[in-house]
Amino acid sequence: MTQPLIEVRHLKKYFPVNGGTLHAVDDVSFTIEKGKTLGVVGESGCGKSTLGRTLIHLQESTDGQILLDGKDVTKVRKKELKAVREKMQIIFQDPYSSIDPRFSIDETIKEPLIVSGRYSRKEMVQRAEELMELVGIDERLRRAYPHELDGGRRQRVGIARALALEPDFIVCDEPVSALDVSIQAQVLNLLKKLQIERGLTYMFITHDMSVVRHISDDICVMYLGQMVEKCASKELFRNPLHPYTRALLSAIPSTDIHHRQERIRLKGEITSPVDPEPGCRFAARCPFAQEKCHAPQHQINASDGHFVTCCRVHEINA
Amino acid sequence: MTESNVLLEIKDLSVEYLSDGKTVHAVNGVDLCLKRGRTLGLVGETGAGKTSICRSILRILPDVGAEITSGEILMEGKDLLHLKEEEMQKIRGKNISMIFQDPMTALNPVERVGDQIAEVIELHQEQGNHEDAVRRAKEMLEIVGIPGERYYDYPHQFSGGMKQRVVIAIALACSPQLLLADEPTTALDVTIQAQVLDLIEDLQKQYETSMLLVTHDMGVVAQVCDEVAVIYAGTIVEYGTKEQIFDHPSHPYTIGLFGAIPSMSEDEMWLHPIDGMPPDPTDLPAGCPFSPRCPYASEACRKDRIQPAVTPDGHMCRCIRIEQSKKGEH
Repeated sequence: MTQPLIEVRHLKKYFPVNGGTLHAVDDVSFTIEKGKTLGVVGESGCGKSTLGRTLIHLQESTDGQILLDGKDVTKVRKKELKAVREKMQIIFQDPYSSIDPRFSIDETIKEPLIVSGRYSRKEMVQRAEELMELVGIDERLRRAYPHELDGGRRQRVGIARALALEPDFIVCDEPVSALDVSIQAQVLNLLKKLQIERGLTYMFITHDMSVVRHISDDICVMYLGQMVEKCASKELFRNPLHPYTRALLSAIPSTDIHHRQERIRLKGEITSPVDPEPGCRFAARCPFAQEKCHAPQHQINASDGHFVTCCRVHEINA
Repeated sequence: MTESNVLLEIKDLSVEYLSDGKTVHAVNGVDLCLKRGRTLGLVGETGAGKTSICRSILRILPDVGAEITSGEILMEGKDLLHLKEEEMQKIRGKNISMIFQDPMTALNPVERVGDQIAEVIELHQEQGNHEDAVRRAKEMLEIVGIPGERYYDYPHQFSGGMKQRVVIAIALACSPQLLLADEPTTALDVTIQAQVLDLIEDLQKQYETSMLLVTHDMGVVAQVCDEVAVIYAGTIVEYGTKEQIFDHPSHPYTIGLFGAIPSMSEDEMWLHPIDGMPPDPTDLPAGCPFSPRCPYASEACRKDRIQPAVTPDGHMCRCIRIEQSKKGEH
């Protein structure tokens, strides 16, 4: 097996909150190979954005290890951190708040180049032009400000900024969820084209199952800070094993009007991620929950490369 | 179709806004018809005019800068646009109510959730006192799956899904004849969305409410609606039963919308986006508003407003290619 570009071991990120500790990311491990896309799906509050942000050091991890190209980058500081950040970039969800409204488009794209300190003024102008062409922003918009642009174009600016320093790895945090479907397809195609041309590795965070199915090689499903299932994208949609994944997939409204889908109806509310009980966090809503589900759960290799964190996986999928 | 089956009829509705000295043409000659107990889906992208239509029906457009420039909104034959404000107040919340898109901002953060439900009941009840309204509000909470004792909680103590259920409880508290649901599940997660859609559907059956469901999600339309109207730049470009629209989409925009959604069953390397951007609503193109992005557009598309045509399966489509292909067959 080739060396993965990203390896994460037992990563944890806890936040102190009023009256306890919020377990936003709790013991998550995975690898992403070079040039591949790992999709991370889950509902709001499941920790998928925190996972992405912790991975690229926008937040310090509480525990665990992050390896970039085999090198431990968990505890890097200052100068080293700057070098690591050049290799790992992020595209944010909201194209409205993630771009400085007082920067023109080329100023936004040039900023990482200025920070790196490796480019002359002339090189920067040239590089900004290249980047704008690469992501499909018209040259005439160079001096425009964000308020003059629609969401799709702003997101292209965010992509150009992320690509400016030629990173190896990009965390895409819901990059298309603020966009209309016709524009969403344009941006998804752009991300795919860039990946093929430049061998980029993506972690693609989304709550949209049709988008994640389209873009990912592997998918990891999160629920309240924990990874409940991880496998190849096709396998997940063909053979979901965790009760939460099955409920999630059945809840997607299908555009097929001739076959009424059978929805798995979940009852109950999401349990609190503040000082959670040991055991499966989905148990409170799970139709299959039993006594043993309240004991600590372990990841089970259900079949080749298909990991599930559920003690009843073999019984309920028999 | 008999006349009495129709609850709401919108004829030639146009809405304009004034913004920075320019006129925004938000809604341009829209005709819609909603039958009793049925659900009409209004589908389109950001800025297509969906919310302006809902707000026109309730007459809650902004006081300054917004104007209904033409049209009629007939509810059981009575034109809502000609009612006095006092008469309209009696209708809002009782005969027609609305579920807003964002449950986080639709509720008053400093008022108990139960009181917010009781308020609309008390306002419209013909007999009974405050205690009756409170009792009914608690019942409504139970109906939407929230324990009655949470009447005294504030919105911040509720999750997003629960807040949206409170908004639904307010909207349905007086058993309205017409429910305007403006992207009721867009802000929610899919498993919670499924719960909320089930709830709306159950309640709709129980009270025989008609619903105008505004959404951009074709999946939600497929699950919930009987009829579908596709709106682009303030114009209804295609209108028919759900089966007609999903089985035989005829307008290039509708076809493009379906094509742009990533498939759940097929593996494709590339998606099929619609090229270009929606037009500037202050400067709409002459003729078909979709013509600048349409792969089939010809000179004729850019001249006059496109008249509605009838497709072979009998639904409305505003595209000159429908008539052309008919002529081609003869």
